[in-house]
Amino acid sequence: MTTDVVTAAEPAAAPQVAGLSLRQLAWRRLKRDKAAMFAMWLLIFIFGTAILAPLITNLLGVNPYDFDLTVLDPSQGSLPAGAWGGISLEHPLGVEPLTGRDLLARLLFGARVSLLIAISAVAIIAIVGTTIGIVAGYKGGWIDTLIGRLTDLILAFPLILMLIALSPVLTQRLQAMGMSPEDSRVVYLIIVFAFFGWPYLARLIRGQVLSLREREFVEAAVASGAPTRRILFREVLPNLWAPIIVYVTISIPTIIASEAALSYLGVGIIEPTPSWGKMLADSVRYFAVVPTYLFIPGTALFIVVYAFNIFGDAVRDALDPRTGRNAR
Amino acid sequence: MTAYVIRRILIGLMILVLLSMAVFLLFDLLPADPAALTCGKNCTPEIIEINRVRLGLDLPLWQQYIEFVKGLFAGRTYGSGTAAFTCAAPCLGYSFRKGEEVTPLILEALPVTIYLAVGAFVVWITAGVLLGIFAALRRGRWQEKVTLGGALVGYSFPSFFIGLLLLFFVVIRWRLLPYPSYVPPTEDPVRFLQTMILPWITLALVFAAFYIRLTRNQMLETLSEDYIRTARSKGLPERTVIGKHGLRAGLTPIVTAAGLDLAGLLGGAIIVESVFSLPGLGRLAITSVLDSDLSIIVATVLVAGSFIVIANIVVDLLYAVIDPRVRLT
Repeated sequence: MTTDVVTAAEPAAAPQVAGLSLRQLAWRRLKRDKAAMFAMWLLIFIFGTAILAPLITNLLGVNPYDFDLTVLDPSQGSLPAGAWGGISLEHPLGVEPLTGRDLLARLLFGARVSLLIAISAVAIIAIVGTTIGIVAGYKGGWIDTLIGRLTDLILAFPLILMLIALSPVLTQRLQAMGMSPEDSRVVYLIIVFAFFGWPYLARLIRGQVLSLREREFVEAAVASGAPTRRILFREVLPNLWAPIIVYVTISIPTIIASEAALSYLGVGIIEPTPSWGKMLADSVRYFAVVPTYLFIPGTALFIVVYAFNIFGDAVRDALDPRTGRNAR
Repeated sequence: MTAYVIRRILIGLMILVLLSMAVFLLFDLLPADPAALTCGKNCTPEIIEINRVRLGLDLPLWQQYIEFVKGLFAGRTYGSGTAAFTCAAPCLGYSFRKGEEVTPLILEALPVTIYLAVGAFVVWITAGVLLGIFAALRRGRWQEKVTLGGALVGYSFPSFFIGLLLLFFVVIRWRLLPYPSYVPPTEDPVRFLQTMILPWITLALVFAAFYIRLTRNQMLETLSEDYIRTARSKGLPERTVIGKHGLRAGLTPIVTAAGLDLAGLLGGAIIVESVFSLPGLGRLAITSVLDSDLSIIVATVLVAGSFIVIANIVVDLLYAVIDPRVRLT
């Protein structure tokens, strides 16, 4: 599919400069944006640490699950011993009150969970949303009406409330299928984010396809007797990658933040899986005495979402330079 | 126009019916037996069966749905004989967990959420639109960069983190405000304001960012239109050009977004209500989920969904009022 994208994107290309493809042009513009490049490297760094988390924690001799009561101060109700939430050489970000688990390890493993959920959900959204959007836009007629009504219905659901309300339903179903409680939460989050995310992309894609299907190259493919499936996925799809990429990059931070919010509320990730949202929820009980416990996961969450937002903005500008710094 | 309004309302009603059916269907998938959730530790199979019949949970799903709809419009009676009790219309169900009807619980929580949502709405619309216009008028200068940069920062802060930070600094560190605990404004207006100000700011910070960006883009787009040039060349004062001609045409997407965001919040600002322990719809929803109190969950989802559907209709109708170019057919 990637090779198709490069070759077939040409007919749709904006003004061609020295025979560059749309993708090369976009990359050039993106490279010139310093903030975007900084955000990109930051994201690569974050992904790197998340992927290498087991290695890093092994090197530091910590892990996210082991309780360690020796770093707590029993005379203070098991708060971390020492200043700044127990920050020391062994525990660079301090330890968790009550359990003594290493915060750096929990932060790194929490990032893995967050990113896993966001990336999986977005992948499903991209595939489902694009397919349905293309079919609705190209076929038109009753299929389009049906899909239109269906997306209307899904968009009428109060989103966060539904995510919360569905959590017992889905997690219990998944556990009945033999999944462990903590894994069922991860899968549930992926499913609900994907389920409530695809209609937006489908609408966007449908709108694009409506105008694409009137274009000459599609007409030519139809006239030469190409099968519909080929037209949809070889002729139409390659012209849609710009909106898909933009949608995906701006969806990831939203999902990361929503996951943290759900875990904060107690309906997302559960123990013993580390999660930034849950860390923040736990920090509430201690934040008058151990403020670092609030700041560390909160700042991490902010940085990731911020970096994704800057990068997403820049990607959109690069792919569609007419809009400039734009609203979503 | 009238035909359009009627059709729009009918579609809205249809979506509400579908929404309620979908909610019923979804919760029927729950493997847990709702009747078994109606009594606590000293549950016996007999009590469960009695409750099942009393609540009508022994009926097939479609009949349960019809009973629910009937209850909504005409009220319904649970059980029969001496154990019977009536739930007056609009009856949204009965919570065995709490031993109360659901409608009064919702009505009790609703004002809190309305105060929260409307208060925050006023702050973020004012700030968002004004700053957005400001950014558009200072295009390409440092003021624009700072405003938009700040907006992106605000946009990236998860609402519960902002809320917790405000609580930490304003209440705990600097002791500028007492710890939030909700009282109705009729009882103690000062305490009410002291409690609500941080939640309002939190929500406003999260939402304003989006409106700054939206307003700026709309303004830039409309300010390059021909009729703006005409207005300027007529010698109209800049204030009139911006306020009357520019803003009005660019207002449509702002109104759409504002209407839908407000409706979403009226269904329960779950996160902010949780952070500041406000007893609104969102908190009611989250506590019922954690208690597996199905009847309340269904009711809150329906109430929130109704707000969204109504907002969609209102927003569509407002289009015609704001933008004279829009003709509804």
